[in-house]
Amino acid sequence: MTQTTVEAPAPPAGRVRLGLSNRLLARPEIGALVAAIIIFIFFLILAPSFRSAESFFTVLYQSSVIGIVAVGVGLLMIGGEFDLSAGVIVYTAGLANSMFCWYFGVNLWVGAFISLALCLLIGFLNGYLVMRTGIPSFLITLGTFFVLQGANLGVTKLVTGTVSSTDVSQIAGYDSLGKVFSSSFKVGSVTIWTSVIWWFLFVALATWALQRTRVGNWIFAVGGNADSARAVGVPVMRTKIGLFMTVSFLGWFVGMHQLYRFNTLQAGGGVGNEFIYIIAAVVGGTLLTGGYGNAIGVAIGAFIFGMTSLGIIYAGWDPNWFKAFLGVMLLLAVLVNLYVKRMSTMRRAGS
Amino acid sequence: MTDTLAEHADSHLHKGEPLIEMDGVGKSYGAIRALRGINLRVNAGEVTCVLGDNGAGKSTLIKIMSGLHPHNEGSLRVDGAEVSFSSPREALGHGIATVYQDLAVVSLMEVWRNFFLGSELTAGSYPLAGLKVKQMREIADTELRKMGIVVKDINQPIGTLSGGQRQCVAIARAVYFGARVLILDEPTAALGVKQSGVVLKYVAAARDAGLGVVFITHNPHHAYMVGDHFVILKLGETALDKNRQQVSLDELTTQMAGGDELAELSHELGRQ
Repeated sequence: MTQTTVEAPAPPAGRVRLGLSNRLLARPEIGALVAAIIIFIFFLILAPSFRSAESFFTVLYQSSVIGIVAVGVGLLMIGGEFDLSAGVIVYTAGLANSMFCWYFGVNLWVGAFISLALCLLIGFLNGYLVMRTGIPSFLITLGTFFVLQGANLGVTKLVTGTVSSTDVSQIAGYDSLGKVFSSSFKVGSVTIWTSVIWWFLFVALATWALQRTRVGNWIFAVGGNADSARAVGVPVMRTKIGLFMTVSFLGWFVGMHQLYRFNTLQAGGGVGNEFIYIIAAVVGGTLLTGGYGNAIGVAIGAFIFGMTSLGIIYAGWDPNWFKAFLGVMLLLAVLVNLYVKRMSTMRRAGS
Repeated sequence: MTDTLAEHADSHLHKGEPLIEMDGVGKSYGAIRALRGINLRVNAGEVTCVLGDNGAGKSTLIKIMSGLHPHNEGSLRVDGAEVSFSSPREALGHGIATVYQDLAVVSLMEVWRNFFLGSELTAGSYPLAGLKVKQMREIADTELRKMGIVVKDINQPIGTLSGGQRQCVAIARAVYFGARVLILDEPTAALGVKQSGVVLKYVAAARDAGLGVVFITHNPHHAYMVGDHFVILKLGETALDKNRQQVSLDELTTQMAGGDELAELSHELGRQ
């Protein structure tokens, strides 16, 4: 490769620098940010109990539980694929850990690592099958989704005889695992869950990876145009399989959190969450067809989810309306994104 | 323009030296034989034009050279050594870069990211090593500028450039990253006259810089303007294989349009 040393170039003629407003508009998360602010103000006005630092951190906690997996799902969607098994894999992870250790009477750490290996294997299989067969990931992961959903219930029933896992709080390793995955500390009257900090960390890491690393470049490329990417030497298969495994890793992480927070898990849990992750990603400006989006947008999407799910309760409304609200949000987000994208590309072309 | 291309081209290339040699290369997809008995030589500093109708086997030929599909008959030699590529990365490693008509670039990505895609400059080799963003922007901008491509903003999505410009960026990228053989898949097919001219100038510039160029096209006029050697494929086999001195544009055009079949057809239709 030839590499020239670059002396500071004089501002070249004919080069246009876009104005601040255009550059802002071109960012994927801008629509979600505006929506988040509007919803925040909306609940501040309508729900008096929403107006406290405590409830703000509860909202953050609620958002983090969704947001951690949503980061992975967002990356995967930027890479041009879906993962419908992301919701149930959280419970598969927790159940595997809990039941393995209960049944064999081993330290919970052993189970946690076995569960991690299992989740990574599922992610790998998802990616491998999608890449090898060329079948859309929507179908492949729909399959895994049903397999996991059935296996979660079936295996739990076989092992424990009921549809929930046994309490793990008496098994060795519980305290240390709890510290890692599910602890909280107090700042004044505010309870901060470590999952919120983990969430921020994962978002920061994903943002860095997407914008500033080679892998990030590859993720955008395989989502934007996998054939072009392959032709210039991007390892498409490895990148996509890696993305599926990232999702299942984050699913495992949240699974650990759920297990050590509640000590016992319902075997039928997690169903439907896969769509919430996708909604968070889309509301955050991720393009459904891949190749466009960012991690901060997805985080804002998850925050909108957390805000509405709790805001409705704080406002004293029937929480059954939550899903309807979420659906409206999704439709609005898609419209806003479409509008913003059209605006930004139009001005660009005209500049 | 020529000078800057030459500046980046591999200085070990000697005009006329064979880079790719194919002997009796064939490829079957299951029971379908897409290509058979192809003898093709790509020499440094020469443009080898591959012409043919739809389905003649041009794409298959490119795919073999660029590493998308391995051949399953005959031999393919690069720099005299027998090879069989299993991935485009491997072909790139041998200095064979392919620019595809419609999939040369990722349109939603910025110009500079496209320029460096697959060969990013990083601060280290660990997975999360930072990209040298500023440096890459500057290099992409200066390189494109040197080669006569002026983009308004190196940060704009490449999809906002014209088709000709996108092809040129893709070619410039391949040359910058040390391609020795440049395979161009119908680079002028979707372009207007003026834009085609720009691309053809690049093809000529790459040739003069000593690269071996494989120029795949439908258009005998474009081929004749830059070509040194012409191969016409028909139903997966070589129908014509001649040097520039041995063939005229008329002959090329007639052969492309169907040659003997065309004569037969006009006889059948019976109008004088």
